[in-house]
Amino acid sequence: MSRIKEFNLPDLGEGLTEGEILAWLVKVGDTIELNQPIVEVETAKAAVEIPAKWAGQVQAIFHPEGATVEVGTPIIAIDTDPGAGPVEQSTTGASATDLPTPSAASLAAVEVAPTEGAVEPGLIGGPAPGGRTAVLVGYGPRTTAAKRRPRKSSAPAPTAPVRVVPAPVQATVPGNGRSNGVLAKPPVRKLAKDLGVDLSTLTGSGPSGSITREDVQRAAAPAATAPATVTTVAGSTASFGTDREQRIPVKGVRRLTAENMSRSAFTAPHVTEFLTVDVTRAMKALDRLRERREWRDVRVSPLLLVAKAVLLAVRRHPMVNSSWAGDEIIVKDYVNLGIAAATERGLIVPNIKDAGRLPLRELADAMTDLVQTAKAGKTSPADMSGGTLTITNVGVFGVDTGTPILPPGESAILAFGAVRQQPWVHKGKVKPRLVTTLGLSFDHRIIDGELGSKFLRDVGDFLTDPEAALLAWT
Amino acid sequence: MAKGDPGAPARGRRAAPRSRKATTGDPELVQLLTPSGERIESVTGPDGTEYRVDFTDEEYRGLYRDLVLVRKLDAEATALQRQGELGLWASLLGQEAAQVGSGRALRAQDMAFPTYREHGVLYCRGIDPIMPLGLFRGVDQGGWDPNEFKFNMYTIVIGAQTLHATGYAMGVAMDGKTGTDDGEAVIAYFGDGATSQGDVNEAFVWASVFNAPLVFFCQNNQYAISEPLERQTRVPLYRRAAGFGFPGVRVDGNDVLATYAVARHALDNARQGQGPSLIEAYTYRMGAHTTSDDPTRYRIASEVEAWQAKDPIARMKVFLEREQLADADFFADVDEQARREALDLRERVLAMPNPAPVTMFDHVYPNGSPLLDEQRAQFTKYFDSFEGSAH
Repeated sequence: MSRIKEFNLPDLGEGLTEGEILAWLVKVGDTIELNQPIVEVETAKAAVEIPAKWAGQVQAIFHPEGATVEVGTPIIAIDTDPGAGPVEQSTTGASATDLPTPSAASLAAVEVAPTEGAVEPGLIGGPAPGGRTAVLVGYGPRTTAAKRRPRKSSAPAPTAPVRVVPAPVQATVPGNGRSNGVLAKPPVRKLAKDLGVDLSTLTGSGPSGSITREDVQRAAAPAATAPATVTTVAGSTASFGTDREQRIPVKGVRRLTAENMSRSAFTAPHVTEFLTVDVTRAMKALDRLRERREWRDVRVSPLLLVAKAVLLAVRRHPMVNSSWAGDEIIVKDYVNLGIAAATERGLIVPNIKDAGRLPLRELADAMTDLVQTAKAGKTSPADMSGGTLTITNVGVFGVDTGTPILPPGESAILAFGAVRQQPWVHKGKVKPRLVTTLGLSFDHRIIDGELGSKFLRDVGDFLTDPEAALLAWT
Repeated sequence: MAKGDPGAPARGRRAAPRSRKATTGDPELVQLLTPSGERIESVTGPDGTEYRVDFTDEEYRGLYRDLVLVRKLDAEATALQRQGELGLWASLLGQEAAQVGSGRALRAQDMAFPTYREHGVLYCRGIDPIMPLGLFRGVDQGGWDPNEFKFNMYTIVIGAQTLHATGYAMGVAMDGKTGTDDGEAVIAYFGDGATSQGDVNEAFVWASVFNAPLVFFCQNNQYAISEPLERQTRVPLYRRAAGFGFPGVRVDGNDVLATYAVARHALDNARQGQGPSLIEAYTYRMGAHTTSDDPTRYRIASEVEAWQAKDPIARMKVFLEREQLADADFFADVDEQARREALDLRERVLAMPNPAPVTMFDHVYPNGSPLLDEQRAQFTKYFDSFEGSAH
């Protein structure tokens, strides 16, 4: 091996096929030590730092941050003897921006699509009969094409000695003496029953003339397979095929969001209530707050008042800040207030720990911090765990409200809609007023309509007249 | 191989008591060396047993050397996994004291049954630390002779080894090898998660009823993969022993001295024919369960930080420095030895040959089997059908 060594992305955790480069911790030209962390990679299981396998000088980096790389692909080249003068290879001097390609040798592994019949179904290395890959334990069937060494050209064709299992018996007459008449495994019988296929009408193609899953499926959909060619001849109308579809792998934050939302939507019976309120006074109060000298450098947004309203309302209705634990309802004395944030990596919901204890000024700072950290993509898992109640500010997208889905483990979430001028009856006359709509979803296992309504009403009351509410409640 | 083995406590030359205060610690947690490196001379356990150690200066240094080496070799293995050289690694980071303390308390005749994380005990048994790496690299089945080293093969099935150990210990008793001061004892390692397994509870029952010379050594590292202890038990684990009819004690598993004292006492009871006991070594897994999981998903950073302050090596170093048992040269020497051994381990792992695929048929039956011979023949033909096959 030459002094330039390429490091291939390893399988970082049993059976993974790819990883995403989160961050390079070294750059081209850096001198690195053995086991020095060089790159942070996120897999389906974990984000991990990879230590350098060799000491030396970074010669080339093959993939930028954000790239998803297949296991086994070179990601970095290291000159293991940088003191020995220039390298004769062309990769020298390549900068990190125009990414060089790894050496041809490292890509020499030949990818061979398994030829039909190359390996007998059911034998080692072959698919199970019926096209499914049998899995007893482990990580499920591989979805990627296997890299295989080519078969020897002199290797015998499908008929040759590798074949050990006797060839399927051509015609076994069904119904010859057996009590059930046909040979079929229980799952195949079940499938036939489900699909309404009479097994006695089929001729089995499996071992000893048994009926396979495929036989049943073919019998159940005779029309579906044959006329496929007809539809494609349909003329000049627009195609609706895969060429006009995009397939986006579901992973990372997207997958997490999907899992959380499905889990929550189908375990917690949600109820959503709406309330439209006149927030003109509150907006004016915010303006006055901004004018105060001690608040001059603080970012003050309507969301701050909503957060305050929620925290005060929770104090009056503690049951809203609870979670369902099967035999128990856990009512929390602390509010870890979640703020849903749309970031480049997707939806995340960091929370402000013990927000109920914070004075308004500290609450404002905490919210600013939280949003900036989220936008920078630096929110830690700890910031996102332990939330007890959440606000989602859909108003920033210009919509009036929504029916939010509860984050798992929480029992209430408030949607804060856009604040806009609308005609409103004020002191007996229709006037243009600043109006918003609140949407509160809650877990009906814990919170009944009465409690949910009271809570939402209190949030609304505070936003209608914050000064009076503060005087009355605190 | 057994470097710096403190062995049994020195009979002749006893170190003077080093404690500043001879107070009894928390009876719920046996501790002889606090996280700040303060030495406690003796502690009385929940059943009135007094725990203390009398090590020579050399033995104290030996324990420190063990802890550092075991940690360094473990870190090297983790790095090798990250570099694609091992399929998986179960790191012991944070649990060094629990393993070295109990491992050094074992006598030559004692038999140990490990899980798959007892690299520290393995080291103390004098087994070449390369051995488990072959297993985790997937090139062999582990490689050491359990009878030679009195250390069973790693057991992946959670808690299964407690039953093996119970059976083994019952055999030891039946062979009449207990009942003297130099009798034989057995130790079974397992984790907090394993205490929820049927196997472990069955082992408790059998060991108790048959008075087996067995020490159940539970390293409570607070998590069963991602499941926290409060989802495993409503009482401290060591108290479970009472229900099965044998003594249980909780020891600070990050305190190598206390772990040694408690393990030695329990092993001596076993070898003298006084039956089983349970030790709960209260510790913390600083890393992931294995290299395949991400602990930041199920535990918070502040908890990890709190345990960092209880590090088993740091407190030992403070103690050695404060008592002037070791100087800067000693610490530098230990670090250098660790570095060299880790590098040596790395080079030997990288040089491990890949086994020929057909060897997977080799150790299935002691005398072969016709069916297996047929499969071997099929596989050999299949394998030979590829270009570049030669074996």
